[in-house]
Amino acid sequence: MTVAAPSAPSATHADRRPPALGGFSTAVLAIEIRRVLRNRRTMMFILVMPAVFFLLFGLPQRGQELPNGRPVTAWIMISLAVYAAMVATTSAGAAVATERALGWSRQLRVTPLRPGAYVATKVATAMVLGLIAVLVEFAVSAVAGVRVPVQVWLVAGLAAWLGSLVFAALGLFVGYLAPAENVMQFMGPILAILAMLGGLFVPLDVLPHALQQIAKFTPVYGVGQLARAPLTGAGMDWVALGNLAGWTVLFGLGAARLFRRDTTRV
Amino acid sequence: MTDTAPAVELAGITKTFGPVTAVDGLSLRVEPGEVVAFLGPNGAGKTTTVDMLLGLARPDAGSVRLFGGTPADAVRHGRVAAVMQTGGLLKDLTVAETVRMTARFYGRTRPVGEVLDRAGIAPIAGRLVGKCSGGQQQRLRFALALLPDPDLMVLDEPTTGMDVEGRRDFWQAIRADARAGRTILFATHYLDEADAYADRIVLVREGRVVADGTTAEIKNLAAGRVVRATLPGADQAVLAALPGVRAVEVRGDAVLVRTDDSDEVARHLLTRTAARDVEITSRNLEDAFLALTTDSLTTDSLTTGGPAADSLTADRPTAQTIGA
Repeated sequence: MTVAAPSAPSATHADRRPPALGGFSTAVLAIEIRRVLRNRRTMMFILVMPAVFFLLFGLPQRGQELPNGRPVTAWIMISLAVYAAMVATTSAGAAVATERALGWSRQLRVTPLRPGAYVATKVATAMVLGLIAVLVEFAVSAVAGVRVPVQVWLVAGLAAWLGSLVFAALGLFVGYLAPAENVMQFMGPILAILAMLGGLFVPLDVLPHALQQIAKFTPVYGVGQLARAPLTGAGMDWVALGNLAGWTVLFGLGAARLFRRDTTRV
Repeated sequence: MTDTAPAVELAGITKTFGPVTAVDGLSLRVEPGEVVAFLGPNGAGKTTTVDMLLGLARPDAGSVRLFGGTPADAVRHGRVAAVMQTGGLLKDLTVAETVRMTARFYGRTRPVGEVLDRAGIAPIAGRLVGKCSGGQQQRLRFALALLPDPDLMVLDEPTTGMDVEGRRDFWQAIRADARAGRTILFATHYLDEADAYADRIVLVREGRVVADGTTAEIKNLAAGRVVRATLPGADQAVLAALPGVRAVEVRGDAVLVRTDDSDEVARHLLTRTAARDVEITSRNLEDAFLALTTDSLTTDSLTTGGPAADSLTADRPTAQTIGA
């Protein structure tokens, strides 16, 4: 019995090459998205519910105008688009909790898929889902008669969508916090409270003053303000931007830390 | 292939969880092409060993080499694949989607259709995983493990929780696949599975290898019969010297003699001693399994008798390698 050199002899073997991009691929992304779209419960929360909210609470405001003459319905539409996107991205990120609970993450660790590629797939899935959520909310509102200039659609939509990255990070953070199959049942009410404090359901002005001050430090405030800025004509809101950046970094670092703990061998 | 390194080389691996030593200095070498059953009762440390073998857990001491490299290398290059004991599947994907998705995690794989066929799940390719039976899910795990066409396939208790039919179908799929040169290591607590599907059985108990040999050799370990009698003050040396005797154990007034020639022992006991209540029982693979893996028969009080005795004593520091 001769023992070969300890270096892996197959490393140069063409058949045995590791996957490109650590295993990240658009094919996997497509399957992931199809998987989420098949989930009626998720669809209900990110597509149907925000649209129904608009029809219930937005439409009665028809004819009302913001101080700058733009329709109040557009204000509500953008707020609900932010809400839809945040639920979408949080649930996509938090899917990690389900996959850990099911043992899928463990199964993945005996494949060449790199943990970074796994997280990248989750973030990409979250962002595609967030985009769909924003587009559906905008489409329903447009059909229901909301009219704003093209640049408002574009910039507000982009802000609502890109800003929801903070919630993809939140979802991942929660997902790596504890393995659980039903994490969104627990996150749903929390997101609703955050959305309330972020001024997505009612303008913050109607809240008590103290609560308004606190609300400015909650994670939804920043993205809500920024997404509505193109409509209200508010200038660059540094408080909102700082809020968004701060929470994204916080959730991102939290998720990264827990992720490292999760992938460290015990 | 130029590599002649063993498929698996575990050198004195140890793993403790708090006060519990799950794996206790276990060493094992598996050559390419061997089909090895890792047999032991629940809690023997099989799953912990498999986890360390796959790089899912880090041994506290000792080393793990797969084909001369680290487990992580072997995983990265698709040289090793595993069928895990529990979970590990997404319920809301279809069978085909699960395979297609997993295929993307490797650099190169066998075609998805071929893998579904070989695992016998092509007819249910469109079914949601959550709607599949335990046996079907297990065959799906097997299909996933087939994707990289691995040199080493590790199966951890692959048929736990499956009914008889499911187990048979599963092993049929494994057997149909058995390609020349693929090393297979499966952990099981089912004797019949080890017996029917392995070339070599490694018996583990309390995190150690207690016996290691071909299926036939393990069976030989248990060959012969046990003669039991009530005989106060039995002369162990005389009994041990009888032809065919492998081991003698005294428990209080009772004496147990494991022998290949039960007639000789019975004759001796009945004609030369005051023995009474003589019982003769035959042993089988299950007895060997029980004797080697449980405390019910206190094997450490067995005294060896004669040069033929291969000793079932469990307090030996090293595993007994039979034959080879």
